[in-house]
Amino acid sequence: MRQRKGIWAVVFLLVLSLALVGCAKDKAGNDAKEPKDNDDGKSTEETASGGQLVFGRGGDSTSLDPATTTEGEAFKVTQNLYETLINFGPQDTEIHPGLATEWEQSEDGLKHTLKLREGVKFHDGTDFNADAVVFNFERWKSGTGEEFPYYSSQFGDRIAEVKAVDEYTVEFTLTAPIAPFYKNLAMSPFGIASPAAVEQHGENFFKNPVGTGPFKFKEWKENDRITIVKNEEYWQEGLPKLDEVIFRVIPENSARLNALMSGEVDLIDGVNFSDKETIDGNPDLQVFERPSLNIGYLGLTSTRKPLDNKLVRQALNYAVNKQALIDAFYAGAAEPAINPMPPVVAGYNPDVKDYDYNPAKAKELLAEAGYPDGFEMELWAMPVPRPYMPEGQKVAEALQNMFAEIGVKAEIVTYEWGTYLDKAANGEADTFLLGWTGDNGDADNFLYVLLDEDSIGSNNYSYYKNAEVHELLLKAQASPDQAEREELYKQAQVIIKDDAPWIPLVHSTPLLAGRSDISNFLPHPTGSDLLSSVEYTK
Amino acid sequence: MLSYTIKRLLSSIPVLIGLILIVSFMIRAIPGNPARMILGQLATEEAVATLTKQLGLDQPWYLQFFQYLGNLLTGDLGVSLRTKSPISEEIWPFLAATAELAFCAMLIAIVIGVNAGIISAWFQNSWFDYIAMILALIGVSMPIFWLGLMEQWVFAIKLDWLPTSGRENVRDPIESMTNFYIIDTLLQGDFEQLWVVVKHLILPSVALATIPMAIIARITRSTMLEVMKSDFIRTARAKGLRMFWVVYKHSLKNAIIPVLTIIGLQTGLLLGGAILTETIFSWPGIGRYIYEAINYRDYPVIQSGILIIALVFVTINLIVDLLYAAIDPRIKYD
Repeated sequence: MRQRKGIWAVVFLLVLSLALVGCAKDKAGNDAKEPKDNDDGKSTEETASGGQLVFGRGGDSTSLDPATTTEGEAFKVTQNLYETLINFGPQDTEIHPGLATEWEQSEDGLKHTLKLREGVKFHDGTDFNADAVVFNFERWKSGTGEEFPYYSSQFGDRIAEVKAVDEYTVEFTLTAPIAPFYKNLAMSPFGIASPAAVEQHGENFFKNPVGTGPFKFKEWKENDRITIVKNEEYWQEGLPKLDEVIFRVIPENSARLNALMSGEVDLIDGVNFSDKETIDGNPDLQVFERPSLNIGYLGLTSTRKPLDNKLVRQALNYAVNKQALIDAFYAGAAEPAINPMPPVVAGYNPDVKDYDYNPAKAKELLAEAGYPDGFEMELWAMPVPRPYMPEGQKVAEALQNMFAEIGVKAEIVTYEWGTYLDKAANGEADTFLLGWTGDNGDADNFLYVLLDEDSIGSNNYSYYKNAEVHELLLKAQASPDQAEREELYKQAQVIIKDDAPWIPLVHSTPLLAGRSDISNFLPHPTGSDLLSSVEYTK
Repeated sequence: MLSYTIKRLLSSIPVLIGLILIVSFMIRAIPGNPARMILGQLATEEAVATLTKQLGLDQPWYLQFFQYLGNLLTGDLGVSLRTKSPISEEIWPFLAATAELAFCAMLIAIVIGVNAGIISAWFQNSWFDYIAMILALIGVSMPIFWLGLMEQWVFAIKLDWLPTSGRENVRDPIESMTNFYIIDTLLQGDFEQLWVVVKHLILPSVALATIPMAIIARITRSTMLEVMKSDFIRTARAKGLRMFWVVYKHSLKNAIIPVLTIIGLQTGLLLGGAILTETIFSWPGIGRYIYEAINYRDYPVIQSGILIIALVFVTINLIVDLLYAAIDPRIKYD
C-alpha cells in the first residue's frame, strides 16, 4: 500500500510538471523576446513621451542625498533628481546658468551675488527660492566633515554667511576667496534639496530625496535597482524625454555587457576596453566615449626607503613604457600622462617634458643613487576595475616586468579594496596603483587634493611634501585672477615633475555602451550624467 | 525520537553561544580603534568618541557581550552604519533572495547528483558511469565565474532563451510581499510572472549547483558501491526482488547517511558562499550584502550577517542530524 501512494505521488508530480512545461512553452515564444519588443513598441508609438531606460552600472548608490557622500555611483542618480545653482556644460566643466540665472562677484572675490530662477518647484510642490538655498547651505555648514565631506573639502569654513537678499537673490560672503567657487557650486553634491522634505525625513532624507530635477524618486531596492520617474512639472519645457529611468546594479563588467546584448538593459557604463571591438561590430549597439578627466598613476611613497630618494623615483619613471600599457590594456582609448592632471584642465603645463622610456638612463640613475644592482619593493595592484585602471593586476604585472629590466624586483601585493585604500593612506605601500577622476575640472581638484601636504592622510597617498609646491597651491587656491592661477599651477607642475612622487601613467577615455537607437546621451567628464534629454529615435 | 530531538536541540545551545561569542568579539579583534577605522583618518576626536560610544566599545567586554546577547534575543541585530536602518529589517530581502537561489540550486544538485551517483554505481564501469564521473570531475573543478559568463553567452545571448541576470524583469517588477518571488507570484496567481521568476532562477541555480552536484554524485556513487557489495543486497537480489527496488530502496537507504552529510554541508556553504554566483548574475543576495558592508566598513552589518549565516549553518546541521535518526533507527543520542 505504501508503495502505491509513492507511485501516485510520482505520477501526480509528472503530470504537474508536464502541465507547467506546457504552459511555459506557450509563452516561451513571446516571453523571451518580451523586453525588447515591449520597448521597441513603446519607443515607436510614443517618441514624444520617451519610455523606459534601464541603466546598468557596477555599484549601488550609497546615498541619495548627494551632500552626504563622495561616491560617484551616488551622483549618477542624484544628478537627475537635484539641480545645482550653476551647471557644467553638457560635456565639459565650463560654467552655465543652473538654478541661478546670473551671478557677479566683488572685486576682492569675497562677495558673490546670485539671481535665482523663478517659478521652479521642488518635487513635493514647495517653492524653490532664496530661503531654500540659504537653508541648504546652513545645513551643510553646521554639519561635520564626515556628514558633508564635499562641502568641507570644497568650501571648508570659508563661507561666512549665506543671506537671502530678496526672494530670488542670495548673497555669499566668504572669509577668503575661493577661486573655483562657481565650479564648486556646479558639483553634484551641491544639488539643492527641498527644505520641507529635509525637515520631514530628518536622518532618513538620504532614502527619500526631493529636489527640483527632471526626474522624481520612485523606489530604491538596495543592491539591486533605483527607479526614478519623469517630473511632469519640470520647469524646462519638453524635458525630460524619458518616462522612467531604472539604475540597475550589475557588478561584473562582462555580465553587464551580456545583459545589454540580451536586451535586459539599454545603457551600461564600465565597458571593458577589450570589449570595444565586439560592440562596434554589433549593429544593435553603439559605444559612447566619456571625455577624459582622469589620471591613472603609480604612486611612489616618498617616505619609504629607497623611494625617499628622488633619483630612485626618477629612475622608476624612466623604466616605464606608457604606450605599451595603453596598447595592451586600454585598446588605445587613453593617452600617456605627463602631469598629474589631464590636458583639458585649465593651467595644464604643456611644456613639461615627460621622462621618456629609457631603461639605460634609469639604470644610470639607480647607480648614482647607490643601487647599481637594483632593489626589492612591493607593488600594489588595485583589486577593482576603474576606468583609469581597468585591469590593475595585469598592469601591475606589466610594470613588474618593466622594473625587472632595470634590476628592480617588484613583488605584487593586493588587498580587498577598503583595506587597500586604508593601508595606502597610512603610507604602508612602497608603490601602488591608483587614480582619480576630477570633480569640477579645476586644477585645484587635482594638484591640491592629490599632492599637497594638507592632503596627506586623505588623497595624497604618496606622502609627497614640498614646501614650495604647497605655497604655490595655496596661493592659486585663493587668487581670484584666473590667469595668475594658471601660471602658479604651471610652476607647480614643473617642480612636481622633477620630484616625481608618482609615475603618471594614463588619461583614459572611459567607455559606455547602449542600444543603437539611444540619442542625445552625452556622457559627462565628471561621471555624473544628466539624462533629461536622452530619447529613443525612430 | 522525541527525546533525541530534544537532546540534539539542547546540545546546539552551547554551539550557538560560542558562535555569538566569537562573532561579537570579531569587531574587537580589529587592530586599532574600530571607530577610527570606520570614520577614516580625517575624523575629529569627538566623532570618534561618539561612534565608540554608539558601538558600545567604551564598556567592559562582558557587558558588551551580554548586551549583544540581550539584543539578539529580542531580535535586534543593530543598526547599519551606512544606511542607518535596523539590520533585522534590512537583511531580510537579501536573505530571502539567497535562500530562494540556494534552494533551487540544491534541488538541482540533489536530484541530478544523487541519481547520477546511483545509476553510476548500478551500472558500474558502463559508459554512463564513465561520462558521469568525468563530468563530475569537471564539475568539482569548474571555475564558477567562467561557467556563469558562458551560460549567459549561450543561453541569453546566442539562444535568447533566458535572461542574464537579476531576479525579475525590472521593466515590469513584481509586487513583493514575502521576498520569495516564487511564493509571491504563486500567491498572486500570476503565472506569467512566475515563469519570469523561474527563468531568472535557472542560470544562477545551475551555476551554483554545479560543484555540490558533482560532489554529491561522487559521494553517492562510492557509498552505493560499498553498500551494493554487502550481503543483504545479495540476499535481496537472490530472493528475486526487482533490481530497481534493490537499488532505490534497499541500497539507497543504507547509503544515504554520508550523502546526507554532504548535502547538509554543501547547503550551508551555498548560503554563505554564493557570493561569486550572486556577483556574476547580479543577484541581490546576502553574500553581496555582506561584501558591500565589508567595503564600507559597516561592522554591525558584517557582524550580524556572519552570525545569521552561521545560524543557518547550525540549523541545517541540526536538521541533518535529525534526519539521520529518522532514516536510521540505530542512530540515537546517548
